[in-house]
Amino acid sequence: MSAAADVIRVRVPARTWRSEARAIKIVWRRELTRFVNDRMRIVTSLVQPLLFLFVLGSGLQRLSSAGTHGVNLKTFIFPGILCIAVMFTAMFSAASIVWDREFGFLREMMVAPVRRSSIVIGKCLGGATVASFQGVIVLCLAGAVNVPYDPLLILGIFGLQLLLAFTITAFGIMVAARIKQMQSFMGVMQMIVMPMFFLSGALYPVSGLPSWLAVLNRIDPLTYAVDPMRRIVFSHLHVSAAARQALDPGVTWWGWRLPAVLEAGVVLALGLVMLAIAIWEFSTSE
Amino acid sequence: MIVVPVSSSPPAIDVRDLTKSFGDVEAVRGVSFTVTPGEVFGFLGPNGAGKSTTINMLCTLVTPTTGSAYVAGYDVTRQRDDVRRHIGLVFQDPTLDGYLTAEQNLRLHAELYGIDRAAIPARMRQMLEMVDLWERRDAPVLTFSGGMRRRLEIARGLMHSPRVLFLDEPTIGLDPQTRSSIWRYIRALQQTEETTIFMTTHYMDEAEFCDRIAIMDRGEIVVLDTPEALKAAVGADRVMIRTTDDEGALVGLAERFEIEATVAEGAVTFFVPSGEAFVPRLFAELGVPITAVNVSRPTLDDVFMNYTGSTIRDAEASSATERNRITMRVMTGGRR
Repeated sequence: MSAAADVIRVRVPARTWRSEARAIKIVWRRELTRFVNDRMRIVTSLVQPLLFLFVLGSGLQRLSSAGTHGVNLKTFIFPGILCIAVMFTAMFSAASIVWDREFGFLREMMVAPVRRSSIVIGKCLGGATVASFQGVIVLCLAGAVNVPYDPLLILGIFGLQLLLAFTITAFGIMVAARIKQMQSFMGVMQMIVMPMFFLSGALYPVSGLPSWLAVLNRIDPLTYAVDPMRRIVFSHLHVSAAARQALDPGVTWWGWRLPAVLEAGVVLALGLVMLAIAIWEFSTSE
Repeated sequence: MIVVPVSSSPPAIDVRDLTKSFGDVEAVRGVSFTVTPGEVFGFLGPNGAGKSTTINMLCTLVTPTTGSAYVAGYDVTRQRDDVRRHIGLVFQDPTLDGYLTAEQNLRLHAELYGIDRAAIPARMRQMLEMVDLWERRDAPVLTFSGGMRRRLEIARGLMHSPRVLFLDEPTIGLDPQTRSSIWRYIRALQQTEETTIFMTTHYMDEAEFCDRIAIMDRGEIVVLDTPEALKAAVGADRVMIRTTDDEGALVGLAERFEIEATVAEGAVTFFVPSGEAFVPRLFAELGVPITAVNVSRPTLDDVFMNYTGSTIRDAEASSATERNRITMRVMTGGRR
């Protein structure tokens, strides 16, 4: 019979930068495919930011109107809420690596003839893409909280949240390399993410804080993502100088106000360091 | 000393004095063997015998402590990527993405392995048809039964035309019907793709399908040959009797017939050249009431028992403690 002749044979080429790029791309695409298939997740991960923005924002507005110099509290916390939406989605994306390990799929990727770094990078970019997609949905709500739909504003905020999504995913993957159980992973992430959120100034201005809080605030990486976003939002608002002074004081190091580019640089640098650690951890394991 | 193979094609797998220790535990204690291209080679042994550790070393997932291993001509420690390009793996535990469809799982694999894009659709169809899953290609893997998933894993392991396919307990936990269909694929595959197959199993009946088997016990290969040769070497029928007094039966067998017997799975078991002819004498002269008797031709179970002194199930049940280990060693030594 000619069964043998019909066999379509393929070959696996030696590793090149192109094959690594293909590996990164397919791992990235898998994250997207899974996200798109999981409509429940898209909806449920929107609930929290909406609650913060419209329920907490509207409620606290009644208490704080004296201190906001006429600026809507929802407008003020909008950048912070956007950050938390991105952060939670990024965290869940990183958690998928723990699932992958539990359901064995990680092994399929680990034995492929590609660098471990390609898999980690693909995973990280995938998580970042998914998280910033979530950010874009929140960004669409800008008009509802008096943030103008200015192309420059949208572009700037989009870039910053992409950066944040990348850094948080890298952080999550770094943690996932060590913590192999889903419950412990979620516990650890909650323990880190909630303090990060509360310390970051997502919900309050960062000047005139008690000194212990000011120190913690400056250590919190999320501070450096929220502040430039708020700066962009306020640069597109018509508010009094006093309001600007009170609500958008900017992050200072020993009295020196950090430029937005440096703040973004801090987020990026942290992300790259954590990505490097994650790659190193996965390359040396198993 | 390195032995250069005479034949034109190098061995698919060439292992010399391979060991692996985890701390104080020696999981693999110096195994050596070669597998020729196109062979179906089986690793047989109880759980904890070192089969999975050996397979993991050959797949580059575990680094050997000492010794060398070449797969498809490449060194498993120094040429990991080259080994990985030429092997396919089907693990004991599932490694599919349940949220993706069958086709998406295969495509992901093809992309990870850098297969020429133009060849992917045809190859994918061929693999899915081979395991009868072409109709289900667009269904998420979550909706698949255990047998279907295993078939899909086999299809995926073959997606990149590996030279050696490693199957770690490919039929564990599957119903007999699925097991036999998986064996049909493995056979078909070996013929059409000329793939070398290296598998582990602890099902004796499945080991019969292999061209050659190595019996592994406590980290060592105790014997390696074709199933026929192994059975022929036992050369005797197995007699299992149930008695009201096993101790008395053991003594009686030793004193009256000079037969050394063991108690395994609740029955007194021993080997004699022609079982049927022996049974009448046994009833007449043993001196202990016999409640049941069973005479059988040698099977791989007997081969295993002959070389390790226990049935594979007993070996699994007792492989836990060091005390048992020592007792077994004494028994094994006494038998040979």
